[in-house]
Amino acid sequence: MAAKSIISRPVYGTLSPQPGKHHLFVADAEGALAIAEMAKRAPAGFFDEAEIVFIPGPDGKHVAALEALKPAQFHEAPSFASLLPRLRQTLANAHMGLRLYLSGTEGLIGQAMQVALEAGIDHTSIETEHRGSLARRMQCVHCKGITENVTTQPATCAHCGLLLLVRDHYSRRIAAFQGVCINAEDRSEIPPMEEIFR
Amino acid sequence: MSTGTTKLDVVVSDVVPVNDLVTRFHFRRRDGQLLPTFSGGAHVVVEMRDGDRTRLNPYSLMGSPLDTREYTISVRRDDVGRGGSLFMHRNVRPGHEMVVSYPVNLFSLDLRAKKHLMLAGGIGITPFMAQTAQLAAEGGNFELHYTCRTASLGTYADVLRERYDRRVRLYHDDLDERIELDRLLSSQPLGTHLYVCGPAGMINWVRERAATLGWPSETVHFEHFAAPQPGLPFDVTLAVSGKTIRVDEQQSLLEAIEAAGVDPPYLCRGGVCGQCETNVISFDGKFIHNDHWLSEEDHRSGCKIMPCVSRFEGRSLVLER
Repeated sequence: MAAKSIISRPVYGTLSPQPGKHHLFVADAEGALAIAEMAKRAPAGFFDEAEIVFIPGPDGKHVAALEALKPAQFHEAPSFASLLPRLRQTLANAHMGLRLYLSGTEGLIGQAMQVALEAGIDHTSIETEHRGSLARRMQCVHCKGITENVTTQPATCAHCGLLLLVRDHYSRRIAAFQGVCINAEDRSEIPPMEEIFR
Repeated sequence: MSTGTTKLDVVVSDVVPVNDLVTRFHFRRRDGQLLPTFSGGAHVVVEMRDGDRTRLNPYSLMGSPLDTREYTISVRRDDVGRGGSLFMHRNVRPGHEMVVSYPVNLFSLDLRAKKHLMLAGGIGITPFMAQTAQLAAEGGNFELHYTCRTASLGTYADVLRERYDRRVRLYHDDLDERIELDRLLSSQPLGTHLYVCGPAGMINWVRERAATLGWPSETVHFEHFAAPQPGLPFDVTLAVSGKTIRVDEQQSLLEAIEAAGVDPPYLCRGGVCGQCETNVISFDGKFIHNDHWLSEEDHRSGCKIMPCVSRFEGRSLVLER
């Protein structure tokens, strides 16, 4: 569970059914379990007006569990990049009364929220629940390149190669944690690398 | 003491009757300088010195925020109120020197919105006059739905139609025209923010429907200045200043505290901003809460009161003031 450290570090809740006319779920891997558990607390007919967009993990599990909820629409995507055009299109055509639910890895929640913010949804009105990996999207403050699935501290920038301290400082606008050079004074100083964002 | 609001010495530059109930007042600075800038939805508190009595009432600024040579307010005459609006209508003439507070905005536009949907009822139109002027100047996307009793009491309806044409939709009670609220709310594009100003009943109705139809509370903005209601006189002990005061029938609790020489913080004087929130030390009787600031739980607890608009009936009331 992600703990609050500094104010920009996102914290996540537990999905709960909101009043609304349409419900859009975006989830990956174990995020499906958060939807399935919320479904037990949802009023009858809740999923008649719901769309679920799901990226299964490498094991391909949970698809059947989500289909069993009988949402109005179910869409399976191989990656976040592949569902992005669809998500943008859905939000562009949506009306007030659509509620958004995000569950799964931090990377998925952050990137889907970024698209939602661009569509004019206030981040505080989005239901989120973290499940699964704590791997981070990180932006290097030096070259601005984004490195996906960072699990170590420190981490190497995939673009410029600097060794970066992965901070809790988070940007909703770019959906990434900040990485700052950890050995700027003396590059020969290499702190041990630990895997801490699993 | 009005927290954070310095006073402005102004002179009434014009008084314009708008219709049977509403009169517009224009203020300029006495020293000829420009007035402070403000944003659409801001209000000022106008000091009305009426003999030995001073009333302080909030009014929305209705001029364009792009023009700070003058402030304009529109005052609806209330024949059964505590007399503030009657004083403005009967006593205030061009050349009259008055004092108003710096503008304060408790009803501002959320400029992140993709679209602004505005619902006005009656004199609740005034903040939207400034907001629409602000948005129109920067190409903002807005739509205004304005309900009034009759066409002749549709204050500024003609001006708004002239300025913004089909972006303004009018509803007349006497012709039985009603906002199709559910349809309106459900057909707005994602990213729309809702603003409502008008009678309390209208605000409650709109907020309830918006919440039910899935509008997040962050997207629903409302303003309703409660006027202090007259009521039975009551006695209050101010524990910190060691005074016991009587609140007269026509006086608000805040005004009685001020009349006793105690200077509590205030801002809107209409039960909205929260500045004058006061702790109750003990009481024997019942509160008449009229504010929009405290939660229902606060109201039930008997631990807090907003002295600008709320009253008390009973044997004793001790405040931490």
